Amino acid sequence: MGSDQPFGIYLDNAASTPMRVEAVDAMTPFLSETFGNPSGGHRASAEAKKAVEAARELVAEILGAAPDEVVFTGGGSEADNLAVKGAAWARRSGGLDGVVVSGIEHKAVLAAAHRLESEGCRIVEVGATESGVIDLAELRDAIDQTTAVVSVMLVNNETGIIQPLNAVADIVRELAPNAVLHTDAVQAPQWLDVKTAANECALVSLSGHKFGGPKGVGVLVVRKGTKLVPLIEGGGHEWSLRAGTHNVAGIVAFAEALRITTANRAAECARIAGLRDHLEQGLRQAIPDLLVNGNPESRVPGLLHVSFFGLEAEVLLVALDQRGVFAASGSACSSGAVDPSHVLAAMGMPRERALAAIRFSLGYRTTQSEIDAAMPIIVQCVEQLRAAA
Amino acid sequence: MARVLVAMSGGVDSSVAAALVKEAGHEAAGVTLKLWGGAQDSGCCSVSDVEDARRVAANLDLDHYVWNLTEEFEQRIVEPYVEAYANGSTPNPCIECNRTMKWGTLLERALALGFDAIATGHHARIVATKNGPRLGRGEDSAKDQSYVLGILGEFELERTLLPVGNMSKAEVRDRAGALGFRTATKADSQDLCFVASGDREVFLGARISRRKGKFVDTAGNVIGEHSGIDGFTIGQRRGLGIALGERAFVVDIDSTTDAVVLGTRSDLLRQSQGFASASFLDGKPDSNRVVLVQTRAHGAAAEATVNREEVAWNQPQQRVAPGQSLVFYDGDVVLGSAIAT
Repeated sequence: MGSDQPFGIYLDNAASTPMRVEAVDAMTPFLSETFGNPSGGHRASAEAKKAVEAARELVAEILGAAPDEVVFTGGGSEADNLAVKGAAWARRSGGLDGVVVSGIEHKAVLAAAHRLESEGCRIVEVGATESGVIDLAELRDAIDQTTAVVSVMLVNNETGIIQPLNAVADIVRELAPNAVLHTDAVQAPQWLDVKTAANECALVSLSGHKFGGPKGVGVLVVRKGTKLVPLIEGGGHEWSLRAGTHNVAGIVAFAEALRITTANRAAECARIAGLRDHLEQGLRQAIPDLLVNGNPESRVPGLLHVSFFGLEAEVLLVALDQRGVFAASGSACSSGAVDPSHVLAAMGMPRERALAAIRFSLGYRTTQSEIDAAMPIIVQCVEQLRAAA
Repeated sequence: MARVLVAMSGGVDSSVAAALVKEAGHEAAGVTLKLWGGAQDSGCCSVSDVEDARRVAANLDLDHYVWNLTEEFEQRIVEPYVEAYANGSTPNPCIECNRTMKWGTLLERALALGFDAIATGHHARIVATKNGPRLGRGEDSAKDQSYVLGILGEFELERTLLPVGNMSKAEVRDRAGALGFRTATKADSQDLCFVASGDREVFLGARISRRKGKFVDTAGNVIGEHSGIDGFTIGQRRGLGIALGERAFVVDIDSTTDAVVLGTRSDLLRQSQGFASASFLDGKPDSNRVVLVQTRAHGAAAEATVNREEVAWNQPQQRVAPGQSLVFYDGDVVLGSAIAT
């Protein structure tokens, strides 16, 4: 079955993307040739250090930050944890104990908040509207002078809905002047200019493998004056915010992938939005009761989040996989099981519709012929399962 | 060749079952059901078991999926289990799980996906008879699980493979070792995946408010107090916390008065046993036909004849707790099942 078609049509780019060739080429010399520890004092180290710092400058420029505001981490979840926990811990002594997050955050942010709750912080999870954006009225009620951290993502990882971050920043400035605003921008770089979209956030998380970089490398932008307590301590790397020998090859590839992504973004967004719309129209034509989740106007170009009424997503995903179409539903937990989506629940979506929800996420490598091939397979799988029900 | 979906729990039996399905030339895929995600994630469905199943599937180059049925399991297995104990009966959630989850939801989904059959690692056999496939006891009598599969009907049996039913447990482990499975030396799963052994009262206590009641003897004299009828099962002798002079057994539970009746072993013996919800693959046996009836997962079967709503034992047998299953056999072949009343 799976083995006679080693790779099929990959429509799960929100989960991970293939590395860009340029990023692979950029990192390769740092795996075996230029392998020195960048923290060392000799020439072998200096070459590696130079590469890390060049990457840092490139990332900083693209993100609209100073080089010393770019902290490399071991991925997006670590960046989120460092931001939320680190900022909350740094503010506890000042009597600030409120942590406010949207209910549609990635599990990395939610889990960090729940850890803080167990340590005595007051946590509020702000709900979302049916259109998939944070409920700003609820946010206003949730924050005050004692709020230490507010964390609202830039693009939701399940629905692809872009969040009104500037409006969030205005509200935080007005009502919670002591709070640090963090955004998990992990899903954004392929589709948005993070420099402008997150310019009012003190903390910004990114993850390399969501835009053609390697897994296991992330960035937390930490604007000057933002105090954090580190998660990982040791040799004082990254201004003592993240100890550990630098992942030189990964950092170099992260920067190169971000560079290519940014340079190609406008063209790729237009092309991929066209493919996504083509897929949506084709599915709607064949399956008239198809439900699109969230406000279609607020989606990033690569995302199509739909519910096939009466079906269970975890069964449809198996049917699709058996036919070589790779999609996702909810946020996969580490066991691979589909957990009922906390995002769709926070949006107030009825349970049956949420359990029938599938995420097709297109990426820079998705082609027209793949979409043309995937469309009839999706339709046939839906019809087959509906006939059996 | 058929398309077969193997239910892989992450244990050694279903690991070998998957290997045997593939060896037999079938087109196989594996699925692990996530059934229980509660705090006492102690049994057959924890995340590490999912990882073990996934690893074995990868060893065999099989597609592997995980289905999250925790909410359905809670509604259809755990809640009725708690309710049954609260009402003084003794449910068998493993049998109910086989009926509603594995040969219910799993089989339905497998068929909808175009699979011809499901396979599991149960120690039981599918036996061909002139009337069609029937369930037989497993080769390893100490591990035989035909009792918990006694509810399977012809539709299910026609769409089921039980590849390890012809093997002893030792052979299964040897095979797993030879295949290099990490599950080869894994301990056997507990009887109940959602309650750690010995913790039933703790589990129930967290879900229902327990009402104190009286211990009474068979003459109706109050001889003590207990903390709730849900802590007791007919036939139980451990953990009663009361001495009768001779070994005491729970011989009856009255959910209307919350009384737990204690007596001796002989007070438990019955000439007959009532039942309901009977289902027989080839019709109810004639009332003069002697069959074997098994009343617990690891007990011996006893000879009996079957009347309309009761079993007449050839020799007196211990009373069966209401809610437990009776499984009827002709020799080693299952004839049907019913629920003790």
